Amino acid sequence: MTETECPECGATVSLHDDLEVGEIVDCGTCGAELEVIDVNPPVLDRAPELEEDWGE
Amino acid sequence: MKVGILYSRIRRDEKLLLSELRDRGHDVEKIDVRKHQFSLDGTTAPVDDLDLVVDRCLATSRSLYASRFLDSYGVPVVNGPETADVCADKAKNSLALQKAGVPTPKTDVAFTKESALESIEKFGYPCVLKPVVGSWGRLMAKIDTRDAAEAILEHKATLGHYEHKVFYIQEFVDKPGRDIRVVATDGEPVAAMVRTSDHWLTNAAKGATTLEFTVGDRARELVQKASDAVGGGLLGVDLMEVGVPRDAEAEPGEPIDGADYTVHEVNHTVEFKALNDASEVDVPARVVDWLESKAESDAEAEVTA
Repeated sequence: MTETECPECGATVSLHDDLEVGEIVDCGTCGAELEVIDVNPPVLDRAPELEEDWGE
Repeated sequence: MKVGILYSRIRRDEKLLLSELRDRGHDVEKIDVRKHQFSLDGTTAPVDDLDLVVDRCLATSRSLYASRFLDSYGVPVVNGPETADVCADKAKNSLALQKAGVPTPKTDVAFTKESALESIEKFGYPCVLKPVVGSWGRLMAKIDTRDAAEAILEHKATLGHYEHKVFYIQEFVDKPGRDIRVVATDGEPVAAMVRTSDHWLTNAAKGATTLEFTVGDRARELVQKASDAVGGGLLGVDLMEVGVPRDAEAEPGEPIDGADYTVHEVNHTVEFKALNDASEVDVPARVVDWLESKAESDAEAEVTA
């Protein structure tokens, strides 16, 4: 388990071990949806918002 | 094999696939389509040495263009651009199913509010209005009255971009509270689940409860035909049971006695995490089995060419 800072609110975000670049995690404090930009060290950024053509 | 994964977001579905591919020792190249350019004669995406590319783009528009460009370079990509093109658009999807003789709900397309309203009145109430491009049950309307029809058409025509002015109108299928999702590889069912909800929308994304489903002969036949109709590949075929009362029941996860099916949609960048949770089948493992066989048959085709 690693930790990093939420880019939105600065709170600590706990991250699981099998983190993957491109994965989405939620900040437990502010609820922001965050994208994993890098894993070593972990870096998060605000995830892109839902677009109309997303899905399957 | 060396396999590329096209993505713009890694969902749990992609994590399951990545994990299975890596566990089997395959070389995996993750390709974030947001970071690359696709030129007429090549791309910055690292695809040169890949045996196969798997299109897992969350965004339909990116999936359509990325698969089209890769195919133009001669890079083997699943699903192929023709399949993506048909499946991404509900009107094309319906036409393909109809042409292949797959039972599918009656559907009209109209281009003005007035002609759309005529169509709605011909279908009668309730009927359904869907966006031609869209997923996860978004922007779907069950139209119960003429007042509702007029309002929704007005909103779509005024507030939506041009695609919303292609009115896709469909008969309302009064299904028995559930529909069925079959994930298939080239028409062969991998696993299936029944999605149940009190709401008329039974997408897992909308909170429907899921249960593993037994695919019988008739459903199997239709899944194969539907897959062939859109060009095959890794697909999610959605079926509804018809010909039985709305309150008809079956043993959990079993087909309803006497029911036939209508196929309302085939999905080309199919999600399977909910299915994997619901099913005894190891869905990502079966998908990777299929990817391996695709890579092998593509390689053999190259040798004999």
